[in-house]
Amino acid sequence: MDELVSRILSKYPPDKKEGLLPILQEIQAENGFLTEEILSGVSGHLNLPVNKIYGVAAFYNQFCFHPRGRYHFQLCHGTSCHLFGSSTLLGELEKHLKIKAGNVSRDGKFSLEVVACMGACSQAPVIRVNETWHTHITPEALCKIIRSFKDKKE
Amino acid sequence: MQFDIDINNQIVTARKGETIKHVLDRIGIKVPTLCFMEGFSPTGSCRMCVVEVEGIAQLVPSCSYPVQEWMKVYTHSPRVIKARKTILELLLASHPNDCLYCDKNGQCELQYLAAELHVRERKYRVKSASVQIDKSCPGIERDPAKCILCGRCIRVCDDVIGVGAIDIIGRGSNSRIGTAFNKGLNVDTCVKCGQCIQVCPTGALTEKQSFEKVIEALNNKNCFPVIQFSPTLPASIAEAFNIKASKDILNILRTALKKTGFRQVFDTSMAADLTLMEEASGFIDRLNKHEPLPLFTSCCPSWVKFIENSKPEYLKNLSSIRSPQQIMGRLIKQYITSSAGQKPENVFVVSVMPCTAKKDEAVNDHINNSDTPFVDAVITTRELIQIFKLLGIDFSALEPEPKDPAFSTRSSAGKLFGVSGGHLEGLLRTIHFMMTGQEMDPLKINDLRGLKSRKEARVRIGKQILNVVAVSGLANVKTLLDEIETGGNDIHIVEVMACPFGCINGGGQQTGRDEKKLKTRMKAIYDVDEEEIIKVAHKNPIMTDLYEKFLAVPNSSRNKELLHISRIKGQVQ
Repeated sequence: MDELVSRILSKYPPDKKEGLLPILQEIQAENGFLTEEILSGVSGHLNLPVNKIYGVAAFYNQFCFHPRGRYHFQLCHGTSCHLFGSSTLLGELEKHLKIKAGNVSRDGKFSLEVVACMGACSQAPVIRVNETWHTHITPEALCKIIRSFKDKKE
Repeated sequence: MQFDIDINNQIVTARKGETIKHVLDRIGIKVPTLCFMEGFSPTGSCRMCVVEVEGIAQLVPSCSYPVQEWMKVYTHSPRVIKARKTILELLLASHPNDCLYCDKNGQCELQYLAAELHVRERKYRVKSASVQIDKSCPGIERDPAKCILCGRCIRVCDDVIGVGAIDIIGRGSNSRIGTAFNKGLNVDTCVKCGQCIQVCPTGALTEKQSFEKVIEALNNKNCFPVIQFSPTLPASIAEAFNIKASKDILNILRTALKKTGFRQVFDTSMAADLTLMEEASGFIDRLNKHEPLPLFTSCCPSWVKFIENSKPEYLKNLSSIRSPQQIMGRLIKQYITSSAGQKPENVFVVSVMPCTAKKDEAVNDHINNSDTPFVDAVITTRELIQIFKLLGIDFSALEPEPKDPAFSTRSSAGKLFGVSGGHLEGLLRTIHFMMTGQEMDPLKINDLRGLKSRKEARVRIGKQILNVVAVSGLANVKTLLDEIETGGNDIHIVEVMACPFGCINGGGQQTGRDEKKLKTRMKAIYDVDEEEIIKVAHKNPIMTDLYEKFLAVPNSSRNKELLHISRIKGQVQ
């Protein structure tokens, strides 16, 4: 198993299933995504069937099973954001990033995800790029944001 | 504490801690449910059992709501009926419209409910996402489109079998039942027992059918189709066709199978006798050489799979003998039919089992990895009933057929394999004879009988006392394995059957849990043991014949090659 995973697992007592979520969160944060090998490692440590762990991980949006883009766009599709036009924003995002929601661009630079309410309804509509929030987004503002990331030298 | 509550304007006594449904069941008021299972903690996921309680604004699920003293309950008020009907209509909105072509047609709980609640039109329509039928597993097939997410299969897999092979994946309207990384049911954690099929209220879970293959073989002129059937089959057939499970049923069944087109009919119990002989001498050998104890029986393929995949450290304890089905298949192909002048490649061995794991076993157990399987097709009891119906076999008009002269004699010990504890009982009878030269007296071991998930017995054999345990319901084995690990008790033999109470409740039996039917099936097997003259495997005349003409002495190297199998550690997941 990965050195990273064993390091994280060693911090949690074996066979204690309450450690599941923190373990997954730590791995997700450090590794960026969860793999079959990782889950089977966690399964062995906690003595939980791998399918149960997958069931838990698949429930939460914060976990993903494939690498995300370097710039991960999250568009809120909660009620408030919806009323303020997040559907239009989704169209714009898909058009300019040239990917569908849930996908990663070929060069691995961008990924796009539609999420349920992010809890910032008064700022609707909102998007989040990696850890940065952008509020009261209009299609024009969105274009600017996307361009700024496209121009970014890596 | 007892108190009165008001149900449909009737005063009824209720006990503290009971749910509303408990009280309703007791007084004979039926509320529909799709997710409730007796003996399991309620989840309230289907909402079909809702009732109206005065003073509570919403309808409450009766399966999980505890009774309280002040309660006034209405179970079939217009509001309740309307709610139930709407819930059902919403469930049906995404359900395929193909009842006529469904395997569960006529036995589907969803279908019954639609009839009961008088659903006469498709009120809501949703575009159902195209989903693929999961055919990856050799024993079980899953059609996600027909799944109503009641969660019964998950609970059985977690609580009764204890392997947790499936779970709800995803969330909200995207949730579905499946395995990790959408790999399909053919994952190592699944032991293919088929208990999920038993509890599924719709046609989402079924066995992978070998029906067509069997019909094809029956119609193929170059083929010599023969059939072997499990010890539980006669009782299940009697139940399905409403005939009395008397002594004659076995011979009636033979007639029916011959009429179906099978050229020879074999009772797998005969191979079970052979299993007992080999296993008994294997055990005595183990005892004398101080090899690892306890000995684990290996007749249940789900249990074997569980050890191979999840507990490989116990492989050394597992008996190396093949299961009766595989032994019977090999005997038929290599000895019985060839002495009758048939080429093994023309012989088509069908096996009827109350089990879906046997399908998996037959596919995975080959002779020297060549392509000739021991058993060509495994059908479940349900599939055989379908074949009988298809071919118009009328049980009321059948004359009992005398048994085939050769290879159908079996002892009642081999028959006992159908119930939990039975394999052990038969095994002890033969071990007793092999160790002391005398028959055990009495032959019946009462401690190993009855509908219990764990049965223990202490049996004196000569100077030796043997502690034996029979466990059914694979989840119950975990405590036993812990006990063995800590070395707390001195157990000699452990018999495990993955399905609760053994093969009488196997994943290939008629669906729907019913304790009364289980008791009848169990009694039918015990009755055979009462009435049979040959009650021990070593007295079966065929055994003598086989050991003289085909095999060497029990547990010898020739037999090891023919009847035993080397267990390989599976991939742990």
